[in-house]
Amino acid sequence: MAAEKMALAKAINESLRTALDTDPKVLIMGEDVGKLGGVFRVTDGLQKDFGEDRVIDTPLAESGIVGTAIGLALRGYRPVVEIQFDGFVFPAYDQIVTQLAKMHARALGKIKLPVVIRIPYGGGIGAVEHHSESPEALFAHVAGLKVVSPSNASDAYWMMQQAIQSNDPVIFFEPKRRYWDKSEVNKDAIPGPLHKAVVAREGADLTLVAYGPMVKVCLEAAAAAQEEGKSIEVLDLRSMSPVDFDSIQASVEKTRRLVVVHEAPVFLGTGAEIAARITERCFYHLEAPVLRVGGYHAPYPPARLEDEYLPGLDRVLDAVDRSLAY
Amino acid sequence: MTVESTAARKPRRSAGTKSAASAGAKRTSPAAKKSPGTTGAEPELVQLLTPEGERVKDATYDPYVADITPDELRGLYRDMVLSRRFDAEATSLQRQGELGLWASMLGQEAAQIGSGRATRDDDYVFPTYREHGVAWCRGVDPTNLLGMFRGVNNGGWDPNTNNFHLYTIVIGSQTLHATGYAMGITKDGADSAVIAYFGDGASSQGDVAESFTFSAVYNAPVVFFCQNNQWAISEPTEKQTRVPLYQRAQGFGFPGVRVDGNDVLACLAVTKWALERARSGEGPTLVEAYTYRMGAHTTSDDPTKYRADEERESWEAKDPILRLRTYLEASNHADEGFFAELEAESEALGKRVREVVRAMPDPDHFAIFENVYADGHALVDEERAQFAAYQASFADEGEGK
Ligand SMILES: Cc1ncc(C[n+]2csc(CCOP(=O)(O)OP(=O)(O)O)c2C)c(N)n1
Repeated sequence: MAAEKMALAKAINESLRTALDTDPKVLIMGEDVGKLGGVFRVTDGLQKDFGEDRVIDTPLAESGIVGTAIGLALRGYRPVVEIQFDGFVFPAYDQIVTQLAKMHARALGKIKLPVVIRIPYGGGIGAVEHHSESPEALFAHVAGLKVVSPSNASDAYWMMQQAIQSNDPVIFFEPKRRYWDKSEVNKDAIPGPLHKAVVAREGADLTLVAYGPMVKVCLEAAAAAQEEGKSIEVLDLRSMSPVDFDSIQASVEKTRRLVVVHEAPVFLGTGAEIAARITERCFYHLEAPVLRVGGYHAPYPPARLEDEYLPGLDRVLDAVDRSLAY
Repeated sequence: MTVESTAARKPRRSAGTKSAASAGAKRTSPAAKKSPGTTGAEPELVQLLTPEGERVKDATYDPYVADITPDELRGLYRDMVLSRRFDAEATSLQRQGELGLWASMLGQEAAQIGSGRATRDDDYVFPTYREHGVAWCRGVDPTNLLGMFRGVNNGGWDPNTNNFHLYTIVIGSQTLHATGYAMGITKDGADSAVIAYFGDGASSQGDVAESFTFSAVYNAPVVFFCQNNQWAISEPTEKQTRVPLYQRAQGFGFPGVRVDGNDVLACLAVTKWALERARSGEGPTLVEAYTYRMGAHTTSDDPTKYRADEERESWEAKDPILRLRTYLEASNHADEGFFAELEAESEALGKRVREVVRAMPDPDHFAIFENVYADGHALVDEERAQFAAYQASFADEGEGK
């Protein structure tokens, strides 16, 4: 089958369909995932084709959804659960952090918890509160969980396949404002490892590291900087736990400058960890301190202010300028 | 993120960035026969006005509305008409792009106005995000409710002004806040009561079960008012429970009652009864108002994907507003002049809501950093200053031209 252009949401839908088709142990669970196909239609048509036993509309209870998914996994199933929006994962946070993350270790490795938790996350869609947050650092901080986020349809397709095949719990953050962005998906390709960062654009003067929704912004920033004669490399991190520090290091050794960009608050965020590690690893290569661009230490603001809150082209370019000024 | 004193620059932002309402039904005691919601045999429910607008007797609840005057009955009608008008105006403002989202209460007017009018000023109300009619009863200016749906704030009113708490979007959370508040009332030796609103979907949340536990254990003066509008987005009530919701209360040790949620008089009477129980130290009550969400879940939702049109049509026949109007007319409690005047008042409300919303300014950019902490925080101060310097760098450029 040749490569096909499709939207990121559709790519996840096709990936889930493939998984349901190939492995009878795969289950889809969540609020409104059945008849409605999810509020973003990511699971559209799956219940119709695979039935209510495989694509399960659950009661409105996130702790229940994740807690029962753990039990199903203990019984040999591979549940893929949907949390409707980022801000609604917290009723399930206890199950995720105190149970899902630790059970493999507590059982001396004798049990596996192949649970995928899909969370549409991030802002930029003009939503009301609790519908625009980026809580990835809260999960990456917890040992036992893997945390990933695709930035394009192809990665969304392949990373979802890999997440479902993973024997570890994976928190799968879906960049909701990119759901409708289309790109090529080649279902015959051989994908790279799930946790490897990829160079989305080559450059020589500075490295921008981003993931999920911010990759597109960084690519736009790199294109704008090109017009001003600056050559910017963009690294799509794809995984926040584990982080592919080797790829970041390789890029920084080449460009000598690093700016990390994410929507989540900067304070104690993914960027803080990357800045610290890369400073340790690349101290003598760096021409400038590692800079971070991201959200503020404030609740996600009302929709009419989100353009000021979310890092846009200008704020990324501002950080590029500041780095290059050293 | 740090912003040093930067050279002036130009913005480079790219462009685009059931039939429960059977006539003459009687109240159901908490120990009513077990009728799983899935069998189609629904339990009876408290009703004082039939869908045809006929007044029916109920020995238990009649006393709570026995002294109601024609004036007060017209008032309930007025409340329902105006809150429906407000709701319809908000829906059309969303369609016109003035609001980002709207969660309509269409069809739930009787449940909200009946229960809302049962509260006293010193009672405290904990709503979800759809209690526009209850807000109306509490005296909250309806335009205040629109700020968060427009995207200019994340709340928009002072909860203490009308003892009407902020809308809560995370499903079920507020039931615990209500319980805690009620526990506080008991500690203070006061005789106020609390009412917490939530949906049939919310009944599945752990928080709601925990609030039942706490309120029972501490005998808290709280009324749990569940509007069972049959749907939680696309999921029917059978996806949340196998027993009628009001029967849940029994297992926690307090009474539950199912009331016809499209009967404003019954909602008023049952809620008054429950609030009086709370005030007199008898503890919590669960009221399940059996009603229907006539519209979409929100303006983002498409009910044609999961719901049959005939269902809505069957509920339209039970419209709460029509029901009271029929009763008012038949009992000669209201004349043509009253309805005409109300129509004019309704028009005026719609107009005011439109005008206020359209004039609602976007918030100041610095509002991002406001009220993050009550006592201040160094990091917020630092980031605000950086934000200011960054914003100013664009302004400088503008002046330089
Ligand atoms: C914890 C949580 N999970 C999911 C959601 C998304 N959501 C918003 S409203 C809703 C359905 C609520 O149904 P119900 O409680 O019956 O209230 P209704 O909207 O019908 O009045 C869902 C799933 C949410 N707001 N909070």
